[in-house]
Formats: sequence, C-alpha cells, structure tokens
Amino acid sequence: MPAFRDIVRRIDSIKNTQKITKAMQVVAATRLRRAQAAVQATRPYADKMVEVLQTVSERATEYKHPFLIRREGKRAVMILVTTDKGLAGAVNVNNIRAATRYMSQNFPEQQRYVTLGRKGRDFLLRYHRDVIAEVSNMPDRPSQAQVLPAVTVALEEYTRGNVDAVLLCYAKWISTIRQEPTVRVLIPAEIPARERQETGPRADYIYEPDPESVLDGLLPRYVETQVFQAVLENKASEYSAKMIAMQNATNAAGDLIDSLTLYANKVRQAGITTELMEIVSGSEAQQSAS
Amino acid sequence: MKYPLRVVSVERSLFEGEVEFMIANGAEGELGILARHAPLMTILKPGALRIQETYGGAEQVLFVGGGFLEVLPERVTVLADVAEHADEISLEAAEEARRRAQEKLAGTLTAAEETEFQNALANAEARLRLARARRG
Repeated sequence: MPAFRDIVRRIDSIKNTQKITKAMQVVAATRLRRAQAAVQATRPYADKMVEVLQTVSERATEYKHPFLIRREGKRAVMILVTTDKGLAGAVNVNNIRAATRYMSQNFPEQQRYVTLGRKGRDFLLRYHRDVIAEVSNMPDRPSQAQVLPAVTVALEEYTRGNVDAVLLCYAKWISTIRQEPTVRVLIPAEIPARERQETGPRADYIYEPDPESVLDGLLPRYVETQVFQAVLENKASEYSAKMIAMQNATNAAGDLIDSLTLYANKVRQAGITTELMEIVSGSEAQQSAS
Repeated sequence: MKYPLRVVSVERSLFEGEVEFMIANGAEGELGILARHAPLMTILKPGALRIQETYGGAEQVLFVGGGFLEVLPERVTVLADVAEHADEISLEAAEEARRRAQEKLAGTLTAAEETEFQNALANAEARLRLARARRG
C-alpha cells in the first residue's frame, strides 16, 4: 500500500495541472471572442469584392481570365491551414486528413502543398509531401501581408502551368462545439451567382484603364481574401476546440482528485487502525505478563 | 447632393456614410467623384483618398495602398488593399519601409521581386507624402 504522503503529493500535482488547464480554458475563450471579431471585420470587404466581381464579369463577358478557365489535368496545389500550437483537440488532425484525402482522390497525378501553420507543415514534411511554401508562427490577429507570400507562390504555380487547380482546406467554424474541415476550390474560380436580379437596365461602366486589367487585378485579390478569411476562421476554430479540450481536461482532473482523495482517506484510516491494533495488543501483552 | 460612400480594406471597414465629394488616385490620374458620376470602375494607385462630407468643407484623408474604386449610380465603393487613416501613419515606419525597399532595389532581382519592391517603394513614398502634408 502506498504511503499516505505520496498520494497527497500526487493530488497536489494534479491540482496544479488543473489550475493550468482552467487558465488555458479562460484564455482560449477570450481569444475565441477576439478571433470571431476579426472574422466579422473581413466580411464587408469580401461581400463587396464578390459584388464588384459579379458586375465586372457580367460586363466583360468576352474576356476569360486564366483563373476562370477550367483545366483538365490532375495536378493541384493545396493551401492547408492549421494551427501553430497543439492542445487544440482534433482540429489539425481533421484538417490534414480532409486535405490529403481530397488530394489523393481528385488529383492523383501531382500533389503540392502550401501550409499556413506549423502543425500542417511538420506533418506533411514528416510524410515527405511536396511542400512548396509555408508560413508559421502567425500572431492571433495576422495581417494579410503575412499570409500573402504563401498564396502568391500557389498562384504562380498555377499561372506557370505547373498545376491545374488551387485548393484550400481549413476548419470552418460552425459553433463552439463544432468545427468542420472544409475543402474549397480556389482556382478555377467560381464567382457566386447573384442572389437577386437587380431591377432595371444598368448603364455600362467606364473602365480605367480597361476591363481586362480590372479583372486581372480583382481575381487574385479575390483568391487572397478567401485565404485570409480562412486563416482567421481557422483561428476561431482553434480556440473553440482548445476551449473544449481544456474544459474536458479540467473536468478529468477534478474526477481524478476526487477518487484520489477518497483513496488517501482510506489509506490514512487503515494506517490508524493498524497503529491502534498494535498499541492495544502491546498493552494487553504487558498486562498478561504482569 | 450627397451619395453613399463606403471604404473597406480586408482587415476592417474605414469609412461609411453620405458624402458630397471625394478625390482618389486612379490608374489614369487623380479623379474627383460628385453625385451622379457616370458608372466607373478603376484601379487605384497608392495615395491619398480625400473625403468631403460637404463640398469644400472639412476633409477626411485616408491612405490607400492600391485597390479598386467602383462608382455606381446609387453608391460608391472603395476596395483598398491596405488602408489607414492619415493620422495613424507612423513617419518612422514609413521611412524605414522606404529605406528597405530602396536597398532591395539596388541589388540584383528577378522580375517578380522587382515589381514587388517597386510597389513597396511606391506605397512607402505615398505614405510619407501624406503624413508630411498632414503635419505640414
């Protein structure tokens, strides 16, 4: 039977762990709120961007930007968004699995990766996948400038004709307890259809310098914005998952403390009983001797 | 006469409201937009965006590091790649960015890098001009 002191020491150490997980849970909850605000802040730009693209593409019908043309080949580059730190539940595992599975099913010929986040990079490198660009250790509120270089690499691969599609995988935030790995096709780009038809005829735009240059400028921005949004949303998912994981850890620590306390008391009582028995039998032995 | 104007960058929305007049730095030169301007879509070069809520009145100045301007009969939208309010610009940071871009441009570069740093330089210079003018 272990000594009473040893069990108490173990309880203390678990209590410390519990304090840490509790603190991490609170921190994750605050960061989650901030991450959600960041996602919200990108909405106006993204919505406007789609609106403008719809109008421009309706008017520049004869011009086909290379990003809009569907290629037949089976080569692709996947932009994989993951977290930098662990202790975030199954978010990274789910993302990586969704990304690699989608790639091997749809693009068996050649698979390249661009990773945003340390976890995804480490995993893919360990399995000797072709990682052509990576960004890691992003702050909680990354600016677009930090995400951009990696995206540019992916777009260049496409422009050079080295790949036939550009994909994006991230954890879509559905609710605090639910995040879903999501794979999206960035190129060939699809401009979402207008929800409602605007009434009345519209005057034609004046383009400066010309419709082609405007579309050339807009489409890469559109793709970049989608990636940037994905990074922010993945942050929100990361903190949700972390919050839940830490809550579970705190609860588990609590259960462990309860059962260990019970055990410690039993050991203590057993000790007292043994001691009493020794004293009683000792004194009885003396009495019968005298 | 006023028209609704909205200035958004990827990271946040910078301006939203009814204005009478604005001046932007378009691809083909500076242009001013009054209400009932013809529908227009233009690329913006790095530079100032001046907003006047009443024509000739107080001016709000934003820095826009490239982007797009869309003028429709019912609204005007500025999609900025990067944007900040003029008084948020840090002179030191802009100076530093310009120095770095110039240094890079002095070395040997690929065509892609060349355009990248040219853009960075144009951005930094536009920022500096704006910040200096404000502090005057």
